[in-house]
Amino acid sequence: MTEGRRLPDRGKVGMACLISAESAIFTIFVVAYLFYVGKSRGGPTPHDVLETPIFYTICLLSSSLTIHLAARFLARGQRGGFLGLWMLTFVLGGLFLYGTGQEWHRLIYDHGLTISTNLFGTTYYSLVGLHASHVIAGLIMMGVVLAFALAGRVGRPHSPRVEVLGLYWHFVDAVWVVVFTVVYVIGR
Amino acid sequence: MSSDAVVIQDVHVESRPWVETLHDWVTTVDHKRLGILYILYALVLLAMGGTEALIIRIQLMVPHNHFVSPQVFNRMFTMHGTTMIFFVVMPVLFGFMNYLVPLMIGARDMAFPRLNAFSFWLTAFGGILLYFSFLGGEGLYGAGSAPDVGWWAYAPLAAKAFSPGHSSDYWTISLLVSGFGSVGTAINIIATVLCMRCPGMHLGRMPLLVWLALVMSAMVLLAITPLTAAQMMLLVDRYLGGHFFDTQAGGSATLWMHFFWIFGHPEVYVLVIPAFAFISEIVPVFSRKPMFGYPVMVAATVAIGFVSMSVWAHHMFTIGMNSYANSFFALTTMAVGIPTGIKIFNWLATMWGGKIQFKTPMLFAIAFLFQFLIAGLTGIIQAAVPVDWQLSLSYFVVAHFHYVIVGGILFALFGAFYYWYPKVTGRMLDETLGRWHFWLFIIGFHLCFDLMHLPGLLGMPRRIYTYEPGRGWDTLNFLISIGGFIQATAVLVFLANLFLSYWKGAKAGNDPWDAWTLEWSVSSPPPAYNFATIPTVASRRPLWDLKHPEDPDSRYD
Repeated sequence: MTEGRRLPDRGKVGMACLISAESAIFTIFVVAYLFYVGKSRGGPTPHDVLETPIFYTICLLSSSLTIHLAARFLARGQRGGFLGLWMLTFVLGGLFLYGTGQEWHRLIYDHGLTISTNLFGTTYYSLVGLHASHVIAGLIMMGVVLAFALAGRVGRPHSPRVEVLGLYWHFVDAVWVVVFTVVYVIGR
Repeated sequence: MSSDAVVIQDVHVESRPWVETLHDWVTTVDHKRLGILYILYALVLLAMGGTEALIIRIQLMVPHNHFVSPQVFNRMFTMHGTTMIFFVVMPVLFGFMNYLVPLMIGARDMAFPRLNAFSFWLTAFGGILLYFSFLGGEGLYGAGSAPDVGWWAYAPLAAKAFSPGHSSDYWTISLLVSGFGSVGTAINIIATVLCMRCPGMHLGRMPLLVWLALVMSAMVLLAITPLTAAQMMLLVDRYLGGHFFDTQAGGSATLWMHFFWIFGHPEVYVLVIPAFAFISEIVPVFSRKPMFGYPVMVAATVAIGFVSMSVWAHHMFTIGMNSYANSFFALTTMAVGIPTGIKIFNWLATMWGGKIQFKTPMLFAIAFLFQFLIAGLTGIIQAAVPVDWQLSLSYFVVAHFHYVIVGGILFALFGAFYYWYPKVTGRMLDETLGRWHFWLFIIGFHLCFDLMHLPGLLGMPRRIYTYEPGRGWDTLNFLISIGGFIQATAVLVFLANLFLSYWKGAKAGNDPWDAWTLEWSVSSPPPAYNFATIPTVASRRPLWDLKHPEDPDSRYD
């Protein structure tokens, strides 16, 4: 032994790599969105139909805080606190997804905007849909953890893995900040 | 670390039924077996892609040839390009990295063995899907089977209106799937390098191959994913009626070009950095000197990684960007030449004053140095925008990038095969056949690709299925095709060597080249667990330290 060093946790490194790769994917979609702002031939336009989803955004962003606290409870071995906050995170994520669904329903049925209507529809549904699919993936993974937690099988030894999942969820939230800015602030 | 193998006499081992062996290979999560699977898979697809190249060359051998129809010709160059980049070079490089990285850093496996297997099978099924298009692609009468829109699938050619049927869908989905596989492997390599190194193996002591694998993987994360995103958009356009690349609805065909080349150019470096990695291992061992300028090599690689991310639009000088964009991309393209030049000088300085052994791996490495230099120089020529306006989409470009991929990457790969084959199989590749392979290939290569620059300069466009006689292209094209066949013969010699040596080759022992990195400390082939006890290293050349306790590297470290 030449040095008493500790190598980084492979789960975290792996997740950091995945996040880098995903960021590149989102970057391309965001670039496409920004490039096509105002280039649609014909309506509806974002200015006419988009409403800023403030409540659901608050839900999603606060779920970052709850998942962080949940992981901290688990690291300290307080399983009750973990379970409660984990459920809350799950519900907040689910609420956000419901919000997206509701918005899409409104756009499709009230305004006739689909992915093939115009460039706005194409870029909007693709970008928001890509994000929503990441929310769904996150909810599925959190649901698996939740199921095991309800069965009493999640304890302190699993804390590093839960933290890795937390990293993913923070990423999903951070992407929403970008998507929100691009779609509801700049794009309108 | 290592000890002589214990020989047990007179023990009869029942051979296992082949079904069990097959099952072991299909379900394996061992990085060495997956590495071998990657390489074998790539060799099969090399035969496919090579056959397509030969069909292209037969068709172009003489003017007004009717060997294949224009439609089939389009399929051939599309499939040739797609196959060679995504399903030959990428998998074979991942195979080598998979096999070597854990052994070189003293680890027992990759960081995520199951992800590793998953990534391999994604890549494998991606390739199978691509080739299934020949059978299953007939979606619409007359619309064709295999992809035929070129390996860039430029918009709007790949749009539903101009590419009806399913041929472009096979192209898109197979690349999407294999792209996920590539990202998985890249994540795995990075996590392995950062988290699994043996005691003493800090970053500054890693073999250069491992460093370069790290940089390559980081580039894969950032370069393959834009293609993945663009493929998703293309699918939205083709299946859901989206308008991303639909110019009728205000979409932009140029945007696809940007997205494709944001992937496409870094991809060249994703492919060539592993080639640098092989050369950086082979050249020191056969020059009997440690690598010259190790830190500079690492820095140059990282610099290439960064700069190559901002050169992509040099593929697009002819589409009419403004002069600021043209100047920027011309300058960055030329700037890549600087770290690359540093590397070439470092390899030369490693050889300088060394006791060079001209074994087959070294022959390929030396040929790499010359040819990669020329390939780089023709690249710099085209970085000058006005020259590119003349040469773009001509055979000069085809000659240039084949010089990079064949003259550079493939030569380095052949060197790597000859160098590591003894480790993987326990047998040496035959030197005589190796020399036949080398000389045939180098003659064929230069006949084919040196001459190919000329019809390009004379104005022959790429991707034409035939041409008029009397334009000064006839003799050149004939000779180019002859060169292609000589290369194919050389590859057959190589494949024969791989097969014959597996049974008949001389026993290799642990360390046939008297090399210095950790993979040579274990038996050939290595045991499933790699290292019985995890080694501890004290310098960049742990085996040198072991062999020369009187003058170890660690004294100077």
